[in-house]
Amino acid sequence: MTGNDKASSRPTVADRGAIAAIAVAHLVKVYKQTRAVDDISFSLPRGSITGLLGGNGAGKTTTIAMIMGLVLPTSGRVQVLGHRMPEESAAVLGRMNFESPYVDMPMRLTVRQNLTIFGKLYAVKNLSDRIAELADDLDLTDFIDRANGKLSAGQKTRVALAKALINRPELLLLDEPTASLDPDTADWVRGHLERYRRDNNATILLASHNMLEVERLCDRVIIMKRGRIEDDDTPEAIMARYNRTTLEEVFLDVARGRVNGAKEAAR
Amino acid sequence: MTELSVHRGISVHRIGAMILRYWYLLQSSWPRLLELLYWPALQVITWGFIQYYIAENASFFARAGGTLIGAVILWDILFRGQLGFSISFLEEMWARNLGNLMMSPLRPIEFLLSLTVMSLIRLAIGVIPMTLLALFLFHFNVYALGLPLIAFFCNLIFTSWSVGIFVSGLVLRHGLGAESIVWTLMFAIMPLACIYYPVSVLPVWLQYVAWALPPTYVFEGMRALLIENTFRIDLMLEALVINAVLLVASFWAFLALLRSAKKHGSLLSSGE
Repeated sequence: MTGNDKASSRPTVADRGAIAAIAVAHLVKVYKQTRAVDDISFSLPRGSITGLLGGNGAGKTTTIAMIMGLVLPTSGRVQVLGHRMPEESAAVLGRMNFESPYVDMPMRLTVRQNLTIFGKLYAVKNLSDRIAELADDLDLTDFIDRANGKLSAGQKTRVALAKALINRPELLLLDEPTASLDPDTADWVRGHLERYRRDNNATILLASHNMLEVERLCDRVIIMKRGRIEDDDTPEAIMARYNRTTLEEVFLDVARGRVNGAKEAAR
Repeated sequence: MTELSVHRGISVHRIGAMILRYWYLLQSSWPRLLELLYWPALQVITWGFIQYYIAENASFFARAGGTLIGAVILWDILFRGQLGFSISFLEEMWARNLGNLMMSPLRPIEFLLSLTVMSLIRLAIGVIPMTLLALFLFHFNVYALGLPLIAFFCNLIFTSWSVGIFVSGLVLRHGLGAESIVWTLMFAIMPLACIYYPVSVLPVWLQYVAWALPPTYVFEGMRALLIENTFRIDLMLEALVINAVLLVASFWAFLALLRSAKKHGSLLSSGE
């Protein structure tokens, strides 16, 4: 995809007014004395790819977990595909999926067995055809009858991605989707995610520490720090605002508290 | 929409998918299968010989032939039924697969129902060979108990599911640090359920506690059947009522613990 293609496929500001894939309003999560997420609000239009950036403990994983309904908010609202989470989760869980380093696929089961079980849980029609299609798309054929525990890190990531795509989700939540992958496999995964979004008009929210990945994939970036949203815009606009040429430099400015200085310099 | 209403609309396909998942797991590991057979066989052989020895030296036990070995088999139904339930649940924790399941359309009630089916399957693999050993080695035919055996079995398996559901909720909330409860809680019931001795042996105040446990009714009923040839249907009905209360209470506790786990973020860090 060229830069122009990417720009033309981005949702416009007007699009953002349409029914959102995710709408988060004044979301707060407090664990004992810690405010892991502190009054954040954002709305993601359908068909967008948004990167959630931030250092360790910034609140990215907690935010994604609240969107998925795995963590209950202390206060605030989450709507997914027009339904309130977690109260109406039964209406949307079949239309979304996720991949995270915090979960694994059962190790003793083969790739085919794992995909069969998740396909049945998601009531996927023509399941064997869908598994064959994913095996072909994600290059799983050579090890589809091997136990998941005997796969390399790259192969496991592709299997986890196949599980995340088994139900052709309208909304895909990814937490560090290319962590621990070699550059070639990571690039391949990114290419696949781009194609999936384009072909299915899917919405993707990904948390990542890989700034190049976010620059390449995302049409919008939300930067979090200490549970709050520090910035929220297109990657280009954010880099311009901080007078930086890469998101990595912006990330370092935010992480090291050089935000005001950088913004001043840009002015 | 309340949280409970989320559990409406049970899908047999999703329950079937989970049973298939555990079946694949059992098939993939012969040590898991062997373990299911090993402990029940060891139990029945040990207690069978003890019963033989006692029967030769005590006239009461000679008359009450089979009470010990019968108690061992029924105890194993209770204990293995709960373990069969809980181990299938623990497999998800050990595999770090719980997040995948909780994020899928699988509902808590469907998850629990699949675990009850697996407890029956695992129990059958372990206990049927045990009963055959008792028959061939010690000439004790548990199936000769007839219809009362069905009443005993149902009451014991319902109790095992109640305990299984409750301890699964505890592990869900507190992570694998609470795993030891899975293995030990049933042993806390053991002395009070009066498996090898009548309730009258207990101090009076403890008898009230014993009668609050459904297995106590089953073991008293078994002794009445083997010693007096009387089937105490009243005991079975009372046990059934207590079991119904326990099943509802354990399901409610599971939902409360699940909610607490979501509140405290335990589902993201379900390790130790």
